[in-house]
Amino acid sequence: MAVECLTGKKVLIKGNYAIAQAAVNAGCECYFGYPITPQSEIGEFMSGKMQELGRAYVSAESELAAINMVLGACSTGVKAMSSSSSCAVALMQEALSYATADELPVVLVSVMRGGPGLGNIYPSQGDYNQSTKGGGNGDYKLIVLAPSTVQECADLTYKAFYLAHKYKNPTVLLADGLLGQMMEPVEFKPYPYPEIDNSSWALTGAKGRDGRIIRSYAPLADRQCEFLEKLYDKYKKIEENETEWEELNAEDADVVLVSFGSTSRNVNSAAKLLRQKGLKVGTFRPITLFPFPNNRLAELSKSVKKFVVVEVNMGQMVNDVKLAVNGRVPVELINKGVGTPPSPEEIAAKVEELM
Amino acid sequence: MATQVFKIADTFRKDVKYTFCPGCDHGVAVRLVAEVLEELGLKEKAIVAAAIGCSVTIYDFLNIDALESPHGRAMAEATGIKRARPDKFVFTYQGDGDFASIGLAESMHAALRGEKISAICINNTTYGMTGGQLGPTTMVGQVTTTSPTGRNLEYYGYPIKVAEHIALCDGTAFSARVSLDTVANIRKAKQAIKKAFEVQLKGLGFGFVEILSSCPTNWKMTPEQAHDRVRNEMMQVFKPGIYKDITEKSGK
Repeated sequence: MAVECLTGKKVLIKGNYAIAQAAVNAGCECYFGYPITPQSEIGEFMSGKMQELGRAYVSAESELAAINMVLGACSTGVKAMSSSSSCAVALMQEALSYATADELPVVLVSVMRGGPGLGNIYPSQGDYNQSTKGGGNGDYKLIVLAPSTVQECADLTYKAFYLAHKYKNPTVLLADGLLGQMMEPVEFKPYPYPEIDNSSWALTGAKGRDGRIIRSYAPLADRQCEFLEKLYDKYKKIEENETEWEELNAEDADVVLVSFGSTSRNVNSAAKLLRQKGLKVGTFRPITLFPFPNNRLAELSKSVKKFVVVEVNMGQMVNDVKLAVNGRVPVELINKGVGTPPSPEEIAAKVEELM
Repeated sequence: MATQVFKIADTFRKDVKYTFCPGCDHGVAVRLVAEVLEELGLKEKAIVAAAIGCSVTIYDFLNIDALESPHGRAMAEATGIKRARPDKFVFTYQGDGDFASIGLAESMHAALRGEKISAICINNTTYGMTGGQLGPTTMVGQVTTTSPTGRNLEYYGYPIKVAEHIALCDGTAFSARVSLDTVANIRKAKQAIKKAFEVQLKGLGFGFVEILSSCPTNWKMTPEQAHDRVRNEMMQVFKPGIYKDITEKSGK
C-alpha cells in the first residue's frame, strides 16, 4: 500500500518538491489546493503524482474550498492535506478553527511570503502569529512545525501527518519562500511513524452502529465549557510530549540567539563567527512553534545573561520568548520586515553592539 | 385486522423530537430524505455534510454519519468526503443562504466538476435561523427584517433561480425544483430526491433538488397561509419542474 518514492537515495531537490514527495511517501490520500507563489510547485507535483497513484487531487475553486475539502476528507480518517501561502492561508483560518473543534487531523503546509495584504513573494516569517496564535475564532491551538533545511521540510512533513492523526488536531508545516524555492540534498527515509487507528471516530457509514456526528456546535454552555477543558487537556499533553528544539552551545553561553526556520541557518553561522572571537554565544531554535519550548527557555534564563531573537518580521516570536523568560533577563530583537534573512556578518555585528 | 399505512424510516434516530417550527416544511423534507435513504438501502454507506442554518439539525434526526461544515462550505466538505471515500453515498442538506449565497462558488464548482454528490437545497426565501433577513432567494417586493419596505430591485438586486443555474453546469446530471404544498407535490418531491440520489449511485454526476419550503415563523403567517404563499407566490416565480435529467436523453 505504502508508496515510497526516492527512499534510500540522496537527491538534490527543491523544498516545495521535497514537501510534496514526503507527503506522498507518508500516505497522503488526498490533496486539495489553489495556486499561490511561492508554493505552487507542491500542487503541480501533486496533480501528476496523485493521479498516477490513484489518489485524489482537486484543483479547488478557492482556498476556502480547498481547506474545507481537507476537512471533509479527514473526517473519513484518511491522510489529507492542502498547501498555501500567507494571504491565502488567511482565507483558511475559519476552517482551521472548525478543524480544531471537530478534532480533525488536517495537515496544512504554509509557505510564508511577504505581507500584510498581497505583500510580495519574497520570503518572510510574518505568519508566525497567524500560525501559532490563530486567525480563526475561539480558543484553539494548531500544532506548528518549522523546518530550517530542505531535509527537515521532508522529515517534518512526515511528522506533521503523524502528530495530526495522533492528536486529532490540525497541524501546520510552517516553511517560507526561501525553503520552498531552494535546492538541497535530501535523503528520503520511509515514513517512520506508526499508523494511527481511527476506527473509533472516522465517518465510514453507519454499518452495524449508530450514525456518528462530527460537529463543534454545542447549544448548551456547560457542554462547551466541558469541551474546551478537554481540548486544553489535550494541548497540555502535546506540550508535555512533543516540544522539540535544537540548541547549540547554549549551556555555557552569555548570549543565546533564538530564531526559527530558515533564519536559523544564518544565525548559526553568526554564532560561530562570534565564538571565534571568543564571545560566549549559543543558539536556540524552536522546531515546534506550538508547543513552544517555554520550559527550556525559562531554564536557560537562569544562566544566560541575554537573549537575542532574530526573525524576518517586525518581531513576533520575540514576544513568546519574553513570556518564557518572564523578565529574568533582557530579550532583544534583531529583525527585518521581509526578504532573505540578514547575513551572518550583519547578525554578528548587531549582536556585538547589543553585548 | 390492522394494516400498517405509515412507518417511520429506519434511517431516523429513535425518540427524537422535531425542533422545527410548526408548519415548517423542513420536517417533511427531512422525512423524505430519510425515506429515500432507506428505500435505496443507503443507511450504512451514507455520509451527510450538514450546513449552517435551520438545516444543520439534520444530523439530530438522521441516524447516519454526519459532518458539520462551516457556513457555505458543505459542498467542499462533501467533495473531500467523496474523493476520500468514492464508495460512500455523500449528500448535503443546505438552506438557500448556505447553498446559493455564501456557498454559491462551492455549489457551482461542485456541479461543474461533476462531483458524484447529491445536494438538497431548501428555499424558503429568507434566512430562517437568524430571524428572517433578506437572502439570495428573497422575492421581489418581499418584506424581511433587512428589507423593511420590501425587496426593491433598484436597491437590492435580483433573487437567484437556483435549479436553473445548477442545470446549466455541464457536470450536473439531474436538477429539479419541487414544492411540498400538497400531498401530490410531496410525492413528486420524493421522486426527485430519489432521482438526485440515483444519479450519484450510477456515477453520472451531480444530482440536485431545490425544495420550496414554508417559513411561517419568519413570514409571520399561519402554516396554512404559508403554504398558500408557496403556491400563489413562490411557485409562480420559482417554477417547479425538472430542469435537467441526463437519464432522460441517454436512457441510463
